[in-house]
Amino acid sequence: MKSLAELAAIREKMKDKVILREGSGETRVVVGMATCGIAAGARPVLNAFVEEVSKQGLSEKVTVAQTGCIGVCRFEPVVEIFEAGKEKVTYVKMTADKAREVVEKHLKGGNVITEYLITNV
Amino acid sequence: MTELSLNILDISQNSVKAGADTINITLTETEETLEFVIKDNGCGMDEETVNSVTNPFYTTRTTRNVGLGVPLLKLAAEQTGGDIEINSVTKEQDPLIHGTELKALFYKNHIDFTPLGDIISSVVTMIQGAPDIRWSFVHTAPGKEVTLFTDELKAVLGDIPLDNAEVITWIKEYLKESYSN
Ligand SMILES: Nc1ncnc2c1ncn2[C@@H]1O[C@H](COP(=O)(O)OP(=O)(O)OP(=O)(O)O)[C@@H](O)[C@H]1O
Ligand SMILES: [Mg+2]
Repeated sequence: MKSLAELAAIREKMKDKVILREGSGETRVVVGMATCGIAAGARPVLNAFVEEVSKQGLSEKVTVAQTGCIGVCRFEPVVEIFEAGKEKVTYVKMTADKAREVVEKHLKGGNVITEYLITNV
Repeated sequence: MTELSLNILDISQNSVKAGADTINITLTETEETLEFVIKDNGCGMDEETVNSVTNPFYTTRTTRNVGLGVPLLKLAAEQTGGDIEINSVTKEQDPLIHGTELKALFYKNHIDFTPLGDIISSVVTMIQGAPDIRWSFVHTAPGKEVTLFTDELKAVLGDIPLDNAEVITWIKEYLKESYSN
């Protein structure tokens, strides 16, 4: 059974690191989680970003956040990516698989995946 | 919505938006019914708002709150023979005990019952999205009880935020194990 002792261990391990609060990363992934987004499948997209960012070792640089309606309901699930010094990138009609791909190619590799952009659907 | 757990996630976001710092979610199942209650200490709604929220198309109010979340939940409950109930106290009415309690009742054996689905993902998503809120989650069903109180986690974690990736993973695994016991 998972125990609170494991949480204490996580705390111990993090103790020496600078604790990065939500929003302090230089890159922000924002997933639209209003009713329209949730109905269209935003929950697995959000969770895929959270998992994959951590798996790829990007947790210190990338923050995954939730927001309400981004305003393009018909293209939900919608994800916006904000990177310091760059223009906002909006990915639409996302899935968990596409989310993992965005983490690998865009957030890690630095290449925007143009076929998932709003202009290309 | 394809899963009831998605409605629960969606409705919990109303409590977050209402500025609640404590949100309690209880899910109670019998052989025939599933009832969930989401209780928050947010800003609350006045009576008129409650009425317009549950009956978006039959209100006389001109500045009604057009939303989808509550009407969708109401439909999902009513199509199984169940219903929803909202009790709310605004900050103006009572500066101390304001907040909203939403109850939804479903009949599980009805053909139009939407299955609960991946409730673990919903709970994890709630906490990830609003890690500073005090969440409690209690799910009871015949022969089963699953609970999660973020206060207990915070007492161990100290400064480490609940949306830390490793903490989120722990919560997910903890819930998975609790459900499989
Ligand atoms: N727990 C709550 N506390 C305070 N106000 C609430 C609460 N739940 C609902 N409301 C009010 O009812 C309105 C309608 O809620 P509903 O979930 O139906 O739609 P919405 O959240 O506005 O938009 P959507 O759900 O479509 O994204 C909200 O905008 C809010 O004003
Ligand atoms: Mg809503």
